Amino acid sequence: MSGINTGDTAWVLMSGALVLFMTPGLAIFYGGMVRAKSTLNMMMMSFAAIGVTTIIWVLYVYSIIFGKDSGNGLIGNLDHLGLNNTIDQVVGSEGHTIPTLAFVMFQLTFAIVTVALLSGAIADRAKYSSWVIFVGVWITLVYAPIAHWAFASQGGSGGWIIDKLGALDFAGGTVVEINSGAAALALAIVLGRREGFKRDPMRPHNMPLVLLGAGMLWFGWFGFNAGSALGASGLAATAMINTQVATAGAAMSWLVYEKIKGGKATTLGVASGAIAGAVAITPACGYVTPLGALAIGLVGGVASAWAVSRKYKFNYDDSLDVVGVHGIGGIVGMLAIGLIGTTAVNELGGNGLFVSGSPSLLTKQVIAILATAAYSFTATFIIAKIIQKTIGFRVRRDVELEGLDTTTHAESAYDINPFTSR
Amino acid sequence: MKLITAIVKPARVDDIKVALQSNGIQGMTVSEASGFGRQKGHTEIYRGAEYIVDLIPKVRIEVLVDDADLNRILDLIVNTANSGAIGDGKVWVTPVETVVRVRTNERGSDAL
Repeated sequence: MSGINTGDTAWVLMSGALVLFMTPGLAIFYGGMVRAKSTLNMMMMSFAAIGVTTIIWVLYVYSIIFGKDSGNGLIGNLDHLGLNNTIDQVVGSEGHTIPTLAFVMFQLTFAIVTVALLSGAIADRAKYSSWVIFVGVWITLVYAPIAHWAFASQGGSGGWIIDKLGALDFAGGTVVEINSGAAALALAIVLGRREGFKRDPMRPHNMPLVLLGAGMLWFGWFGFNAGSALGASGLAATAMINTQVATAGAAMSWLVYEKIKGGKATTLGVASGAIAGAVAITPACGYVTPLGALAIGLVGGVASAWAVSRKYKFNYDDSLDVVGVHGIGGIVGMLAIGLIGTTAVNELGGNGLFVSGSPSLLTKQVIAILATAAYSFTATFIIAKIIQKTIGFRVRRDVELEGLDTTTHAESAYDINPFTSR
Repeated sequence: MKLITAIVKPARVDDIKVALQSNGIQGMTVSEASGFGRQKGHTEIYRGAEYIVDLIPKVRIEVLVDDADLNRILDLIVNTANSGAIGDGKVWVTPVETVVRVRTNERGSDAL
């Protein structure tokens, strides 16, 4: 393996670790948000995502995403089964090549966190064994195709969104955010509402955990976004400051929205706002200026804060607001590229409507959004229905009421009663 | 002897404790409680949704008193607990057969 760029390689290796850190962060973020009786189950769903996704990634998923395109821009081939032909190989442009295995690891962590995000939509009520199976099926049939479409750039003959349509998505606004949002909606609809939805407040049981998890996600997001430059470059620095600005902006704009609407600035609001901002800047972080990122953050925070209350109107129980935060935030970011994207930041990017006066890029962004959301929702709905009709996807009512921790895992997150915890 | 049981707002507990201590009461038991009375809970807005919160956090205070002290201590608790707002709670009195101090085996008023 001669000629790798050591600086670029170091940053991508580091970024892989940063993004992996997001999934335990998500486990803690989600774990604090549910009621105490199902905390461990919530966290266990994220850890199953790490386990299952890693195993199948090595076996075949990397290959069907990043293998040579099958010809129609829809899926990769099987050349890299078992990570065949990746050892001692390099990827990247002249002078900036990194080991293929660094790229393999980095991309794996994206798949893990994306499927883990879905667990928030079906908190407190999913059968654990069915979830474990769902993770493998969903990564194979939903994540892999969409990741191929938007991430597998192969000189014009790779995935259709990136190579043929030419829509811009720097770090996964389609693959991770809109995909998880649309799939979460399908899951929430198939599994149905929790017992007591809309009657009981179902408040987060441990807000310090939620903030800790949000902080881990914020930290890891620098690997997610700046790491997507795939090198230690000026572009990575742009993506990093943009991520910080948008995340901070959305944390504050969510609080302002909340204060105006409900009278209180909540801890859950500041945590959700931060995530919504990081989501919104994800596709755009390498294509907009820091001031553009600030605008995206401020708008993303308000848009998601508004969106999370829609579930009560439409009566679906997306328990931890995956649709409102990731779906809507991802759409805001993808559209923003089509409005304020500028090649002044990245010559490989594009000029949005407000920069060039042409709606051409915006149109491509809209197509990418619609295609991702439509495929993800439909395929996820079908997969979830099949699991529900065969092995069942939801626990019995008495199990749900008692809580999933003791019933499913024989453990309790807070075993602190001195008379029962001996 | 009588057992006074008072269900009060959590914010009044410190004042009641101080009042009891400075009026010669030697012991009390305090526990967390939740429930509702005539006010039937209240509505709250959280994360864009309105909920009826029917079981409201309260504190249960239990005090054992001699019959002669009953009305004085009862007034003391009620006056201190009263904020004038709905949800101030309730106080009731039950007769007590006897009381035993565990360490000395003293009985009745001597055990208070």
